Amino acid sequence: MKKKNSPPAVLLYLSKCSTGFLSLLKGMGVTISYFVQPGKIVTQQYPENRDELQMMARFRGHLSMPRDEKGDHGCTACGICEKACPNGSISVLTTKDISGRKILGKYVYRLSQCTLCNLCVESCPYNAISMGRNFELAVYDREQLTFVLNETKGELQ
Amino acid sequence: MYPLQNGIGNLIRSLFPENAMLINSTISIISLLLLVSLLPVFLIWLERKVAARFQARIGPMRVGYHGLLQSTADGLKLIFKEILKPEGADTFVFFLAPILPASATFLVMAILPFDHHLQVADPAGGVIYVIGISGLSILGILLAGWASNNKYSLLGAMRSGAQMISFEISLALVMLLIVMITGTASLREIVLSQQGSVLDWWIFKLPGLGAIAFLMYMISSTAELNRAPFDISEAESELTGGFATEYSGISFAMFFFAEFVNMFVSAGIASTFFLGGFLAPQIGIGVIDMLFLLIPGFIWFFLKTFAVIFLYMWFRWTFPRLRVDQLMYLEWKMLLPANLILLMAAGYFMAMGWVL
Amino acid sequence: MDLHTIQIEPGTNGTIPEGFTRQDPSKVSSEEYFLNMGPQHPSTHGVLRLVLRLDGENVLELVPHLGYIHRGIEKVAESQTYLQNIHLTDRLDYLSSHINNLGYCLAIERAMDIGVPERAEYIRIMVCELQRIQSHLLWWGVSGMDLGAITTFLYGFKERELITDIFEELCGARLTMNFFRPGGSFADVPDTFIPRVKNVIKIMHKALQEYDTLLTGNIIFQERTKGIGILSRENALSYGCTGAVLRASGVHYDVRKDDPYSIYPSFDFDIPTGSNGDCFDRYYLKMEEMAQSLRILEQAVARFPEGVYRSKVKTAYKLPEGSYYSQVETARGLLGTYIVATGKPQPYRVKFRSPSFSNLSVLNELASGHKLADLVTILATLDFVVPDIDR
Repeated sequence: MKKKNSPPAVLLYLSKCSTGFLSLLKGMGVTISYFVQPGKIVTQQYPENRDELQMMARFRGHLSMPRDEKGDHGCTACGICEKACPNGSISVLTTKDISGRKILGKYVYRLSQCTLCNLCVESCPYNAISMGRNFELAVYDREQLTFVLNETKGELQ
Repeated sequence: MYPLQNGIGNLIRSLFPENAMLINSTISIISLLLLVSLLPVFLIWLERKVAARFQARIGPMRVGYHGLLQSTADGLKLIFKEILKPEGADTFVFFLAPILPASATFLVMAILPFDHHLQVADPAGGVIYVIGISGLSILGILLAGWASNNKYSLLGAMRSGAQMISFEISLALVMLLIVMITGTASLREIVLSQQGSVLDWWIFKLPGLGAIAFLMYMISSTAELNRAPFDISEAESELTGGFATEYSGISFAMFFFAEFVNMFVSAGIASTFFLGGFLAPQIGIGVIDMLFLLIPGFIWFFLKTFAVIFLYMWFRWTFPRLRVDQLMYLEWKMLLPANLILLMAAGYFMAMGWVL
Repeated sequence: MDLHTIQIEPGTNGTIPEGFTRQDPSKVSSEEYFLNMGPQHPSTHGVLRLVLRLDGENVLELVPHLGYIHRGIEKVAESQTYLQNIHLTDRLDYLSSHINNLGYCLAIERAMDIGVPERAEYIRIMVCELQRIQSHLLWWGVSGMDLGAITTFLYGFKERELITDIFEELCGARLTMNFFRPGGSFADVPDTFIPRVKNVIKIMHKALQEYDTLLTGNIIFQERTKGIGILSRENALSYGCTGAVLRASGVHYDVRKDDPYSIYPSFDFDIPTGSNGDCFDRYYLKMEEMAQSLRILEQAVARFPEGVYRSKVKTAYKLPEGSYYSQVETARGLLGTYIVATGKPQPYRVKFRSPSFSNLSVLNELASGHKLADLVTILATLDFVVPDIDR
């Protein structure tokens, strides 16, 4: 221990003992306050609380093509989202309808590549696509991660 | 005299007069083994639940009601794991090492007084026996680190060995204090010397010094148990496992269980020395005292032991870890002088008759 | 018993791992050995490999090996448009992803001379300061856990969850935000944003006091951090450290005050500076930074204006030819974004000056001479994020 000019080392040692001990007691007081108050518990039991679980409105879970009451989607196959996507997770395959106009054939969405960056949703001028709220997307087979969005009914299950 | 002075023992003595000693000893040893086997299962569950409540979460909930079967499931899993031996490890020592701490704790458990007549053995030098047997745990850890053929394990074992040997001294000095005051080294006599009211417990009887001695005991025994804030040997964030890095399966489980049973034993000794063991607390109000006396002694022993175990858990989940040299500084430059001064003060108090 | 040590025989170079200085063989003690704190280690805060030269417990020399999480972000950025690169900057230092986005957007705004409306500036300030608090909360929790107080991890995350929920409501993501755009942000704040921020301010004031009681005032913690890993002022400046590491050594530099961006000059806040340059100073400064961020948030909430949230929306951003640079203060230090543009929709080169890289470079200086346990403390207080180092 270094000798100091003032105060003497013994007093320094003893004062450090007492303040140190008090600091330890105060720390113990913080943890015991959490022990005796079950109202402070913040965790939830996950699979059991699925019914009450509500994701926020803007939550970016996966891409989906919502349909209105008549069952129509809003996509016109303009291809803007395909260009906006940074890594090619979207493929818009067009086909021609009876009068020869270009309509949407298949809207291929590869969830395995998607970074959920939201650029496609922002760039769509018709609000045809939006991000869904489902986050339980794990599958056993990688091929199940490629979706054809205009052929699924409503939000992906 | 021992074991089994109670009804069962008398029954057997009447039925088998020649072999009574043998049968009574066998029954008491088997029941103690059962206790030692079931205790870590319960204590591990308790540790996880208490830790969770300190951390504002719930703890195991799924395996059994509120997770009561969780530690059984973990134990079963560990039993089914492959027992690996690292290349170059000394086989005999490698597999001997986990057995030593477990047997040491079982040996000390044998002389704990659970009730007036529930004690497997009561040697006259019980305290000296306890201090001696604790050395076996240290040996087990050192052997484990050496036999693993791994730099990390060796580092962890050396740190742990140095720590445990140092704090044994403080532990022994505190126990010496109690022996000095009570005048006997037998554990049962120490408990019986605290008869009377709650204020006759040694933590209160010596004004001020009893509490300080209890505090010293708590610090020293926490270090003996390799628990936080003295768990440098198991510091996951530094050495990923310490002395038990190379162990898997049942060998690892033995270390783990030995630590928890050791915790129970240390807490049991704390309650024996300072908190009155199996004696019911008599607080002076007639009705409540009668009610307390109705509850059997071993329930009180377990209650007091679990209160001390709660203190151990509270320490673990609040404080950060001490570094090795700070630990040594704490022992040799703070606890040891304090212990010696405490001994002198206690002697002075006794001479002056200030023992309440 | 073979303990896999590398013996250095006098007169030969022995088998010294790469990166270590060639020692004078006559001065080498035969007790030294090399230890590998491998890429997978609980306390290196990511995939970082440290090779240590140890003598018993004392660290003599240290060589970090990087590159385990190199993803080629700067290379990928050359083949994507400017707007698509914003979501790449999220993944640099993922704990300050909003602030990274802001640095990149500032460079684009400077290049194309895009103004930002006042409401958007306030949104930016609030979101960045919330991100700073969130990052510091994670750092605090993990520091406590590295030092042995495991409970701090849970407490830190408990408060952090409030802020993460705000971000989830704001932009839909909890880690990689992609919220800011050149000229503002891609959406306005929801109605519950301001009440939530006020709630966070209230809870954080109480929480900071609790953290002080639990860890800062604790004698064990102070003994473990005071006097450890002292970084001198000259070393801090010459190695290029920024952030709390630099300020703890006595240099009063913060990008928000000295090279201000956005509307930081209109806010009233202090820059805490340390004097010793040890671990405790770095720790204490970050706690103070959280308090100052709360101050900025209170002022911003009080004067939050109405208006538009984004000024110009273009379909394609084509920066004019030239090179553009912007600096922001992330939770770790100074992040510089340097864009070289050639008039095409994609940049020619994007370079990020990451604060964690410079902060890591000083680790050898700090750790030499200390014990292995102190190395963990120093790593915790240097507070780097390995993806920021490797990019």
